Amino acid sequence: MPVVAMTVNGSKVSGDVEGRTLLVDFLRNQLNLTGTHVGCDTSQCGACTVLIDGRAVKSCTVLAASCGGAEVTTIEGLARNGKLHPMQEAFREHHGLQCGFCTPGMIMTAVDMVSRKGKSLSEETVRHELEGNICRCTGYHNIVKAIQAGASRM
Amino acid sequence: MTDTGIGARVARKEDQRFIMGKGRYVDDIHLPRETYAYFLRSPHAHAKIDAIDTRAAQAAPGVLAVLTGEDAAADKIGGLICGWMIHSMDGSPMRAGPHPVLAQGKVRYVGDHVAVVVAETLAQAKSAAELIDVSYTELDPVVDPADAPGGKSLVHDGIERNTVFEWSLGNKDATDAEFAKAAHVTKLEFRNNRLIPNAIEPRAAIGAYDPAEEHFTLYTTSQNPHVARLVISAFVGIAPEHKLRVIAPDVGGGFGSKIFIYAEEVVCLWASKRIGGRPVRWTAERSESFLCDAHGRDHVTTAELACDRDGKIRALRAHTIANMGAYLSTFASSVPTYLYATLLSGQYDIPQIYCEVDAVYTNTAPVDAYRGAGRPEATYVVERLVETAARELKIDPAEFRRRNFITQFPHQTPVIMAYDAGDYHASLNRALELADFNGFAARKAESSRRGKLRGIGYSTYIEACGIAPSAAVGSLGCGVGLWESAEVRVNPVGTVEVLTGSHSHGQGHETTFAQLVSDRLGIALDQVSIVHGDTDKVQFGMGTYGSRSGAVGMSAIAKALDKIEAKARKVAAHVMEAAEGDIEFRNGSFTVKGTDRKMGFGEVALAAYVAHKFPTSEIEPGLKEGAFHDPTNFTFPAGCHICELEVDPETGVVTIAKWTAVDDFGTLINPLIVEGQVHGGIAQGVGQALTEGAIYDEESGQLITGSYMDYCMPRASDLPSFTLGFVETRCPSNPLGMKGCGEAGAIAAPAAVMNALTDALGVRDLPMPATPQVVWEVASARQAAE
Repeated sequence: MPVVAMTVNGSKVSGDVEGRTLLVDFLRNQLNLTGTHVGCDTSQCGACTVLIDGRAVKSCTVLAASCGGAEVTTIEGLARNGKLHPMQEAFREHHGLQCGFCTPGMIMTAVDMVSRKGKSLSEETVRHELEGNICRCTGYHNIVKAIQAGASRM
Repeated sequence: MTDTGIGARVARKEDQRFIMGKGRYVDDIHLPRETYAYFLRSPHAHAKIDAIDTRAAQAAPGVLAVLTGEDAAADKIGGLICGWMIHSMDGSPMRAGPHPVLAQGKVRYVGDHVAVVVAETLAQAKSAAELIDVSYTELDPVVDPADAPGGKSLVHDGIERNTVFEWSLGNKDATDAEFAKAAHVTKLEFRNNRLIPNAIEPRAAIGAYDPAEEHFTLYTTSQNPHVARLVISAFVGIAPEHKLRVIAPDVGGGFGSKIFIYAEEVVCLWASKRIGGRPVRWTAERSESFLCDAHGRDHVTTAELACDRDGKIRALRAHTIANMGAYLSTFASSVPTYLYATLLSGQYDIPQIYCEVDAVYTNTAPVDAYRGAGRPEATYVVERLVETAARELKIDPAEFRRRNFITQFPHQTPVIMAYDAGDYHASLNRALELADFNGFAARKAESSRRGKLRGIGYSTYIEACGIAPSAAVGSLGCGVGLWESAEVRVNPVGTVEVLTGSHSHGQGHETTFAQLVSDRLGIALDQVSIVHGDTDKVQFGMGTYGSRSGAVGMSAIAKALDKIEAKARKVAAHVMEAAEGDIEFRNGSFTVKGTDRKMGFGEVALAAYVAHKFPTSEIEPGLKEGAFHDPTNFTFPAGCHICELEVDPETGVVTIAKWTAVDDFGTLINPLIVEGQVHGGIAQGVGQALTEGAIYDEESGQLITGSYMDYCMPRASDLPSFTLGFVETRCPSNPLGMKGCGEAGAIAAPAAVMNALTDALGVRDLPMPATPQVVWEVASARQAAE
């Protein structure tokens, strides 16, 4: 089995992977980073969204073996020195989550959104940009508010 | 009352772990020496199994077991049951076909469980499953519920006309008499579309057998772990209850679909024993969720409303064919009966109501409770009829409703329910105000100038939640009691653990339940832990569904807290050497009336545990109390939702311009959380009206909408931000005055959308989901006619 080495949440990691091993399975099963969730396994729900070299990617559609040398950030890597990321704080403050299952993907997508669209996000922009993330609990109302608030504090 | 007590808008305690990626869902849990299960599922909707050859699969690399229905029968593994007995009009009991955990002799829907492979890895299990050779003889599938009674074949041999029951509620003759003399009758025929719940966490299970203790543990995505344990013990026969522990940890949404006991849970337990005790794990792929999670709704209904000339409703009658799918799921029979026809009075004073329901088997996935469960279907019937009748009689729809609203409470409807409290005028008036109804004409004109069609629609809904009391539901056929339990454990330092039989899978119980404790005991939220979802920790409970956890679950906690306070007063009286009647308890402190003697709650807790200062012959040491609460009535949340939307006739795209909801849930514990529940419910209701619909191919019985590419879940861009308001009439049947808020949005929304859409298009009716294609066809025809 090939060995893949990458940086995950700032730490250098490596592991044996089969050619077919998906990044999400590598993260969840080999690194025990279970915050990244699998909701649909067909890259539509967005629960598995992580950042690869700073860009939001659905980790259920990426082969782990193709991530050699990449910088991967998962939900577990957002808080720094025990301090939550502003987007995490905003989701809590605005009740942007209920069951919590889509939440890691939502937050990673939101962080990516800010890096591409800036800190001042209109409701329309946020709703459009959430095209690839499904939430069944919140009706998106508070997710939109949380992302706008979190963006302004980043 | 503290600033974290009842009514406080505090952020959720449980969010910390979820936003850090530290939630603990079933698929996140790994046990030593675990193995993987993969289910071979039926590719046919209806077929006889002639033979299953598992030899090649058994010999495949990594395979530990390949099990079929024959093995289950040999091991005396029982089938799944439906826990609510319905009797037909002729008095005969419903006809429930067997529901084996692995198919025996026949498959009855696409996705039905044929065999399971257990292997060292998931990939090995999947590969081996491809080697199982099943010989089928295909049979004609029964797909359309309306055709099921006269269908070409029988889903279950011996269940004639594919009919589970033919049930009725209300007085037929009196209702028919009202129709015979009515000045105006409004009739609608429609299908309440079939939905797939789609909690974003797929179902999952881990079964683990300990041969030394002959004990089983099941980790499962369940809304009610104790009910799961009861069914798996008492009916399936895996193990007696004390030898089976069921743990439902963090669960990623349920919406009803995780109430039910499913084959995979049973098979993982049984298979673990078969392979000598190594744990067996299974997590659904999304395509399995589409195929095999219990679906919702799917009613084919004809409904009529009889009115006099000035718009007073005289009677309502309905006939519904309810699709049960291929097997009766856990509570399936209750949904189109006692959760449906009992709500056909809506918010209105209707002298006579009569409803007939034919429940039928089809070769489709089982259908059971999905957010609202029967009540969205009832609300759709009532609110579409009312809106249509108002238009036909040329009475303003709001005025029509006002003329018929119930205003005196209690109010006995002709269909069992006794409404206890409400103010329907208040919620309608407040909603009209928040929706700026007076500005609607101007907004419609402005839309028209842009070539768009604007419409407005109401839904003044009612629901019944906190289903109870137990004796009443028992008399209606329910196999269990619908009370709830709680245990409050005060630690010697004064911190508190609350064990509840409710289960949180997004509802925020760890916060709202702690708010009640904070309110009553005057301690901080972070001094309280809420424990749920583990049958070894919580003695028993009925779980979370039907918006019952506040009204029933929290009432049990309130009762236990009463006992805690009563005992703490006794302890405090002894320690402070005062008469018990002189002890006052306020803001977390016990004081002796008229003195400066005072003890904090924590000091009293410690005194209770050290037991130095009171006679233990009279007062037992410690501070721990339990309670079971059985409500005296259902609760009746109600409100008014107003949908304003705009149609682009060129594309058929519907944009919801404004959504206003004014709900009466009685006492609100945490408005932030309540609002979130309403938002989510509305989104699911809008999904039903505009985007979602499960479609089976009429010929083959294949599920056509089997992925997120084909089944259209509402996305952020499909929805607006919502405007919410509340009115509050206290519920008299529980100590906290709560009514429940979990399902309101999903109940109210479909009718509001369709009333608005038919208003915009100037048509009488449209099918759900009103997709752009449906809307475009109607809009085009209308424009062509103009």
